[in-house]
Amino acid sequence: MDFKPCVNINKELDIVGARQLGRTRAKELGFGTVDQARIATAISELARNIYLYAGKGKVCFEVIDQLDKQGLKVVASDEGPGIRDISQVMQDGYSTSGGLGAGLPGVKRLMDHFEIHSEWGKGTEIQAIKWVR
Amino acid sequence: MPTRVNKIIMENSDVIIKNWLEIVSEKRKNDYTSSISEDLFQSTNREFVNVIFDSLDQQSLTKGLEAFSERLVNLGWPLSYLTDGLQTFRRVTIDFVLGQNEKIDTDFFSIILDRVDSWVDPIINKLVNEYSGSWEHTVSLQRVALQELSAPLIPVMRNITIMPLIGTIDTERAKQIMENLLEGVIKHNAEVVLIDITGVPVVDTMVAHHIIQAAEAVRLIGSTCILVGIRPEIAQTIVNLGIDLGKFPTKSSLRKGFETALELTGRTIHRESNKEEVIEDIIGSIEKE
Ligand SMILES: Nc1ncnc2c1ncn2[C@@H]1O[C@H](COP(=O)(O)OP(=O)(O)OP(=O)(O)O)[C@@H](O)[C@H]1O
Ligand SMILES: [Mg+2]
Repeated sequence: MDFKPCVNINKELDIVGARQLGRTRAKELGFGTVDQARIATAISELARNIYLYAGKGKVCFEVIDQLDKQGLKVVASDEGPGIRDISQVMQDGYSTSGGLGAGLPGVKRLMDHFEIHSEWGKGTEIQAIKWVR
Repeated sequence: MPTRVNKIIMENSDVIIKNWLEIVSEKRKNDYTSSISEDLFQSTNREFVNVIFDSLDQQSLTKGLEAFSERLVNLGWPLSYLTDGLQTFRRVTIDFVLGQNEKIDTDFFSIILDRVDSWVDPIINKLVNEYSGSWEHTVSLQRVALQELSAPLIPVMRNITIMPLIGTIDTERAKQIMENLLEGVIKHNAEVVLIDITGVPVVDTMVAHHIIQAAEAVRLIGSTCILVGIRPEIAQTIVNLGIDLGKFPTKSSLRKGFETALELTGRTIHRESNKEEVIEDIIGSIEKE
């Protein structure tokens, strides 16, 4: 499959762009309506976090082909301030911006696989995978 | 010296124009203006080049240039037609002047460049300004149009108001929703306001947060907010996000929400079909007699 793999996040409207591209990919891979909505929402959370906390970064997509299954991998990366305490931001309700603090723990529940790497002062990379059922 | 360059250019305007028209027409073949008819293209080119020469003749930017660029903006011609055209013009003119002189010292060369630049550059600037001004104007008009569309309130019945939301919600729009909602609830004296999110493609934490805040604010001014049009997939993602919408009533469809709103405002639906049944009953009982 041949496609544009990344969306740069610089302004709020780019969140919509990332979400739309992600949804299109998900549709092509054969995800159902509910999973498409889950993926789009997860992308929205990750992209908005980049926009809010890092200013800029990118959201990339990758199709994962394995013998027994296929999936869509979303990689959100930025060179922003990074996260000091990962277990803290993964708690429901923790927010430094007066938000609901449901974004990151929500993405973990929306997707099948969730990985977060962050270095204080260097940036953050979050990878999330959803498998086609 | 500068006037000498001007003189060469003015005296040979025919040749320069001819060269320019040739190159521009040639270039067009693989170009953006291909949807424009040949006649219109040629007449616009001639007008363009005349406008350029007028501004050399009068040593300043002319009214003609302004009118010309305004027309092209309105017709939607690409800015690159004008900038490419002027760059080509610069080259053609310099080539021509250089070709007129057997020997050229560097001083004269730089004078030629200076003269041509000081002639062409202001025109380019003027046109770019004209174009970007009109774009900004269009964007600001569209912004106003969108704002008017973004959070409409419909007072459907005394004390009941509906806000149908369609499309993506960003921070700007979320603010608008809150403002319109509170303003409208007070203005229409609404006891119940239904927010319909059937047309909102994604409800993420930001959108949910704003809706919760709006509902809370509506509650504080003494009215009730009902969230309706929650599609099944949206309900699922909201649950996955762990968002609690339990503090205010939610309904899957606008119809169900409206029925609740009627109840809350002390009304019930009296179906027409019931009346017919009653009438049939009456007719039936009459017939029996
Ligand atoms: N890319 C990032 N770079 C730096 N800090 C981040 C990044 N993403 C999240 N954070 C931090 O983690 C916290 C939790 O993020 P999370 O998305 O879960 O909640 P939130 O954005 O505060 O609120 P919301 O519920 O609206 O998403 C944020 O408040 C922020 O401090
Ligand atoms: Mg967030």
